[in-house]
Amino acid sequence: MTAADYVFWVFAILTVGSAAVVVLARSLIYNAFALLFTFFGVAGLYVLLGADFLAAAQLLVYVGGIMVLLLFGVMLTHRITDLDLRTETTQMVPGLIVGVGLFTIMAAVAFKTQWPEALRPLGPTTSDIGRMFLGEYLLAFEAASVLLLVALIGAAMIVRRKKDA
Amino acid sequence: MIGLEHYLLVSGALLSLGVVGLLTRRNAVNVLMSIELILNSANINLVAFSRFAAGGLDGQVFAVFVIVVAAAEVAVALAIVLTMYRLRRTPNLDDADILKG
Repeated sequence: MTAADYVFWVFAILTVGSAAVVVLARSLIYNAFALLFTFFGVAGLYVLLGADFLAAAQLLVYVGGIMVLLLFGVMLTHRITDLDLRTETTQMVPGLIVGVGLFTIMAAVAFKTQWPEALRPLGPTTSDIGRMFLGEYLLAFEAASVLLLVALIGAAMIVRRKKDA
Repeated sequence: MIGLEHYLLVSGALLSLGVVGLLTRRNAVNVLMSIELILNSANINLVAFSRFAAGGLDGQVFAVFVIVVAAAEVAVALAIVLTMYRLRRTPNLDDADILKG
């Protein structure tokens, strides 16, 4: 095994292990902070895959944005007196059966298929991604910017307290 | 040697855990976290295929769009969860069983 392989296993175990804590731990705060480590692990996997821009975007958007939003969600949906932020689970056994079955099928497919062997050479990706955004994917890029604006206004509209209601 | 199938394995584990969370959690914020796990697993797949299948950078561009949609989704979903909490005083999804607010 080379050094990169060890780094892959470290990030893979970090990602999957903390994802298991997200799903299985009872305390909402533990779930939220385990999700933080999952996002870090995924960013590490992106670096190993040569996606430098995407790793930075993952850290900025997920860790800086989505994680903070989720923590706000945790804080705002519990009374301050609820020191014990436990959550309930239902249908644990059927859920686990579905999850293990899904994983088994996907692992079998991943290891039985003959994947192409070609490797994209490593190198900086940011300028190429920027060119693709403003060339080939211009329509999708503009649509994404409109989507973000609509989501921003929509979220503010939904949580607004209506004066007449 | 780490190949494509190892990344697919990590991504499959993340997706399965997300599905388990979706099926078993009652708290709406937990369900949102599970959705984030599923979106991240899809992103790992996209980036891994972009590295190993020599298809150019299209996979990474797709992954950026997935991140954008995830950010928009979590903002709107949290707004809905907060409104539901204000109306029903509960974050549990199976208590939100009325159609009329």
